[in-house]
Amino acid sequence: MSVLDIAAIRQDFPILDQQINGYPLVYLDNAASSQKPNQVIDAISDYYRKDNANVHRGVHRLSQRATDAYEAARDKVRGFVNAKSDKEIVFVRGATEAINLVAQSFVRPQAQVGDEILISHMEHHANIVPWQMVCEQTGATLKVIPMTQQGELDLTTFDDLLTEKTKILAIGQVSNALGTINPVKEMTAKAHAKGIPVLVDGAQAVPHLAVDVQDLDCDFYVFSGHKMFAPTGIGAMYAKQELLEAMPPWQGGGDMILSVSFDHTQYNELPYKFEAGTPHIAGAIGLGAAIDYMHKLGIENLAAHEHQLLDIATAKLVAMDGIRIIGTAKEKASVLSFMIEGVHPHDVGTIFDQQGVAIRTGHHCAQPVMQFFGIPATARASFAFYNTVEEVDALVAGIKKVQELFA
Amino acid sequence: MSDADLRDLYQQVIMDHNKKPRNFREMDNANHLAHGNNPLCGDALVVFVKLNGDVIEDVSFQGSGCAISVASASLMTEALKGKTLEQAEEIYQQVHKQMTGEEADRSALGKLEVLSGVKEFPARVKCATLSWHTMHAAMDSDHDISISTE
Ligand SMILES: Cc1ncc(COP(=O)(O)O)c(C=O)c1O
Repeated sequence: MSVLDIAAIRQDFPILDQQINGYPLVYLDNAASSQKPNQVIDAISDYYRKDNANVHRGVHRLSQRATDAYEAARDKVRGFVNAKSDKEIVFVRGATEAINLVAQSFVRPQAQVGDEILISHMEHHANIVPWQMVCEQTGATLKVIPMTQQGELDLTTFDDLLTEKTKILAIGQVSNALGTINPVKEMTAKAHAKGIPVLVDGAQAVPHLAVDVQDLDCDFYVFSGHKMFAPTGIGAMYAKQELLEAMPPWQGGGDMILSVSFDHTQYNELPYKFEAGTPHIAGAIGLGAAIDYMHKLGIENLAAHEHQLLDIATAKLVAMDGIRIIGTAKEKASVLSFMIEGVHPHDVGTIFDQQGVAIRTGHHCAQPVMQFFGIPATARASFAFYNTVEEVDALVAGIKKVQELFA
Repeated sequence: MSDADLRDLYQQVIMDHNKKPRNFREMDNANHLAHGNNPLCGDALVVFVKLNGDVIEDVSFQGSGCAISVASASLMTEALKGKTLEQAEEIYQQVHKQMTGEEADRSALGKLEVLSGVKEFPARVKCATLSWHTMHAAMDSDHDISISTE
């Protein structure tokens, strides 16, 4: 069904080869965090075995090698999102930290009482709470783009929501709770027509779509490594160079300075101005290895396989009685959120786990989405390229088991 | 864990109490109440108690949650109605013990023993204990009129 040799790919992911409760592990919780291939695990352990030292500091050989590997990883990230320059790539802990950075360092200094910050109804808490904090700090107001019953953005009022008071549009490219792919390029163009900068939360997009920040023309693009087969604790923020130059540093410390005296400190050049302290060097190297791995397989091929799985799974669930799919947008990636009639998602999660099937149950850090649909939680299966059609069958079998138990 | 564990967890009694929770109602003349919620999973319930002296004259609950939390709350209301505060405290302690895998006094538990299946499912213990903690909070409040410990 796909140009990829999925069986061979699965060999690269040692964690997948295990039994849970006597059943083969079926890992369908990729939107929460993805698994890591040997290529990433080895890159990290090789770094610690052979090259570990602090970066940008020593003249000695190990420090040189660590610095080279760290900067090579930055260039891989640059290529991955097609940024113009390595100066535009800042390593962070993840999407959450990047959004907080932009909120505090870019928006907060400019925002005043009565200003507005525009997000959407389907954002992850990571793209809600940092903005609420800025609103509290500055007296700005949070505005929300509404959503339809299908889980698509309702853009009928979008033009009116973009006002001369809007300090930023912050929008997820792919919804983690619904799977919806949002038209961020078109939205960015509209915001820019009114001079409004745009942050795109790409946390759920980078594992599934080829990203081109120059084509999107967004001002900020943020994502986490752990959702794209890289380690936890590392992520990246792309930002246009002129914006980064104008922004004050977020955190102070070592590495982000050129010179320090008690009278005056001169900040380092980009991107180091935004990387105070010793960074997650091994994490960055692991992220670089994950990017290499995805490129080797071909991001289009990965996306095509996942999409096929999503289509097959969706069709199977639609054909079952008593299943309600939450999030039926035309454009979707990876995520299948559903409710089984009469059964709370947590009971679903436990029964699935019992059969070795790992799915997420809960509000997915998107409580406004749950409130919109009037539900406390959903069960969510989310696919990665190493998943198989047989694993979709395990999902269906899991649902049948739940329905049997709760009949 | 096995399928047998799953059947232990979702016993008929649990399923029945989930479908038809007992004492599932607001209580106008409650003199103790508390809100309990589990922010992680969104389970939320209110426990109402009417104390007459040190006797639990009536106890009820409302809210939403998974089968385990609803059934546990429902079973709790049945078990506590008519009990003295001291008896209720003893039952609370025994329930807690059995859910966390400690040796519990089975005679004190009676029907509540069906909740013991949850000890094989550590991630679900908090579902089963939510109503009990909420009830405890309601009892502990020193106000005699309706209050929320939220
Ligand atoms: C859409 C979206 N944004 C942001 C985040 C936050 O990512 P992290 O927790 O890695 O910072 C997530 C993670 O679930 C997400 O799905």
